[in-house]
Amino acid sequence: MSIFVDENTKVVVQGLTGGQGRFHGLRNRAYGTKVVAGTSPNKAGTDVEGIPVYASVAEAVDATGADASFVVVPPPAACAAILEAAEAGVSFIVCITEGIPAQDEALTFNRLRTEFPGTRLLGPNCPGIISPGKTNIGITSGDIALAGGPVGIVSRSGTLTYQALHELSQQGVGQTTCVGIGGDPVPGTNFIDCLEAFEDDPDTLAVMLIGEIGGSEEERAAAFIAEHMTKPVVSYVAGVTAPPGRKMGHAGAIISGSQGTAQAKMEALSEAGVSVALNPTEAGEMMVEIVRGLG
Amino acid sequence: MDLFEYQGKQYFARFGIPTSAGGVADTVDEALAAAEAAGYPVVVKAQVKVGGRGKAGGVKLAANADEVREHAGNILGMDIKGHTVHRVWVEHASDIAKEYYASFTLDRPAKLHLGMLSAEGGVEIEEVAVTNPEAIARLHVNPIEGLDLATATKWVAEANLDPEAREQAAALLVQLYTCYVEGDCDLAEINPLILTTDGEVKALDAKVTLDENASFRHPEWEDYAATDTEDPREKMAKERGLNYIGLEGSVGIIANGAGLAMSTLDVVNQVGGSAANFLDIGGGANADVMAAALEVINADPAVRAIFVNIFGGITRVDEVANGVVAALERVEIRSPIVLRLDGTNAIEGRAILAPHLSERLVAEATMLEAARRVVALAGN
Repeated sequence: MSIFVDENTKVVVQGLTGGQGRFHGLRNRAYGTKVVAGTSPNKAGTDVEGIPVYASVAEAVDATGADASFVVVPPPAACAAILEAAEAGVSFIVCITEGIPAQDEALTFNRLRTEFPGTRLLGPNCPGIISPGKTNIGITSGDIALAGGPVGIVSRSGTLTYQALHELSQQGVGQTTCVGIGGDPVPGTNFIDCLEAFEDDPDTLAVMLIGEIGGSEEERAAAFIAEHMTKPVVSYVAGVTAPPGRKMGHAGAIISGSQGTAQAKMEALSEAGVSVALNPTEAGEMMVEIVRGLG
Repeated sequence: MDLFEYQGKQYFARFGIPTSAGGVADTVDEALAAAEAAGYPVVVKAQVKVGGRGKAGGVKLAANADEVREHAGNILGMDIKGHTVHRVWVEHASDIAKEYYASFTLDRPAKLHLGMLSAEGGVEIEEVAVTNPEAIARLHVNPIEGLDLATATKWVAEANLDPEAREQAAALLVQLYTCYVEGDCDLAEINPLILTTDGEVKALDAKVTLDENASFRHPEWEDYAATDTEDPREKMAKERGLNYIGLEGSVGIIANGAGLAMSTLDVVNQVGGSAANFLDIGGGANADVMAAALEVINADPAVRAIFVNIFGGITRVDEVANGVVAALERVEIRSPIVLRLDGTNAIEGRAILAPHLSERLVAEATMLEAARRVVALAGN
């Protein structure tokens, strides 16, 4: 099984007629994803290599039964696009847009939480989600993933998501689903959402969690793992040797109670029983070991 | 992007938040003129983006022109924790009765705005947070609802601000929230927020961090960007729109994505090298961006080898490869380059580079092998 999406997920690409939308929308379709529609306010009625383009998400949903959306529009328009998809009844929205103002993200997330509780947003500023062999929604290069499980991947960093997939696939270890949650201040889906789903997915037998410095999401994930996870977890936190980042006045330190360092995160994860690696290659090796041990 | 105190106060003023009259000065003469305009006594304050100015001697009270001359002369050019003071802010001195603390920022786990207000403001606020957390009244604000005066009025009472300060403070907090939201701040902090002996409430300091993602709707921010950095390498990178942080080592790093860039530093350090920089060329970087990145790294005399670590997603490896080739044609790269290319269009990218490979331009199959190679080439 996979989490959040599967081979039956029908995707509408918002921004399909733009350069990035076209490139990645077509790549997703070539991978096997059911890309059933695109939207563009002024190119409705046309098509992109056979994918029909509609004026709005609502029209696309009516015509095709799309239940997921892939938002590939520039930052000033991205939040409106997310809300448009939610209003049209789409239940899973992937937004890869990088550079959305934090104030817009905070407002949009709270509107989704209040008005559309049944809709899950992944991102913004994330690589998307891939369930190898079934569907790929986003900008991940499908050829680096390997179908068949048993590992679930969740990552806060885009390119390290690819690195994690690559390290496992190279060793012949497959993935059930790989979720890039993105590193923006207000992610629609967080580590805990994914850990919970992986814990419940019978085909996922182990989880790889890729974090990075800043914030306290990894510490919160560690607390969840200690409390609720029965499946083994391997983790790598990027920025072990990074220079200390800018400190956000006093408020940052007062809120988090820590400086969000890699060291603090690694300790929290380690105390929760997670195998903590020092670099992505080591994380891959640790996971291969665990998977082989599962028989 | 952090603002200097004077920029933060000017930003506050646009939203009606009261501050003291004052002016900026880059020379002693300008400081004197600013002091005359503000009216004695004045405070001369070093403008640096680092805490602890007062303890370092960067904030001085001056009763007259002679004292302004003396203090401005001492403070201009002073080094505060590695930051040279190029500018001072001179403002009319306030008679302080009470020091409070107020701020708005994002509470990431709650995904709500968080206001913090305390009657025990001043330099020890972080200590207060640890030893006496109840002294900070926290208020979550849902961005859908915003902050109204009635809520702010309850909040100032809850924080135990002095009764004579409450009405003004409540109004100021609504203005500060508006500044934080409409002004696209990651942080809007006043420490101290003061009550003067004549019963006035105002911002004695300003700490503002702007969200650079919102710069498309704030053309006025360009003035701030120009004063943001001192490292010449960082300046050069900024002019080219690159996300660069200068470090002390000898291996130049270029990667796509902050996570991979940080991870590249980790791996280079773990195999015995030291990174000269952090450089994230971002998502969707094209040939021009790659060429600009190589030029910036090339301009750093400490760099002895360059590691280009690309895992394509939205970034296409063939574009990156074209950028490397273009850069090699445009400028003479002093240091050998080690490439590691994977992901979207990696096969096409490797094919573009194949005819250019040499002792000076090496390709490795994995991140770890590439790190070992580049560290060896840098002579660590």
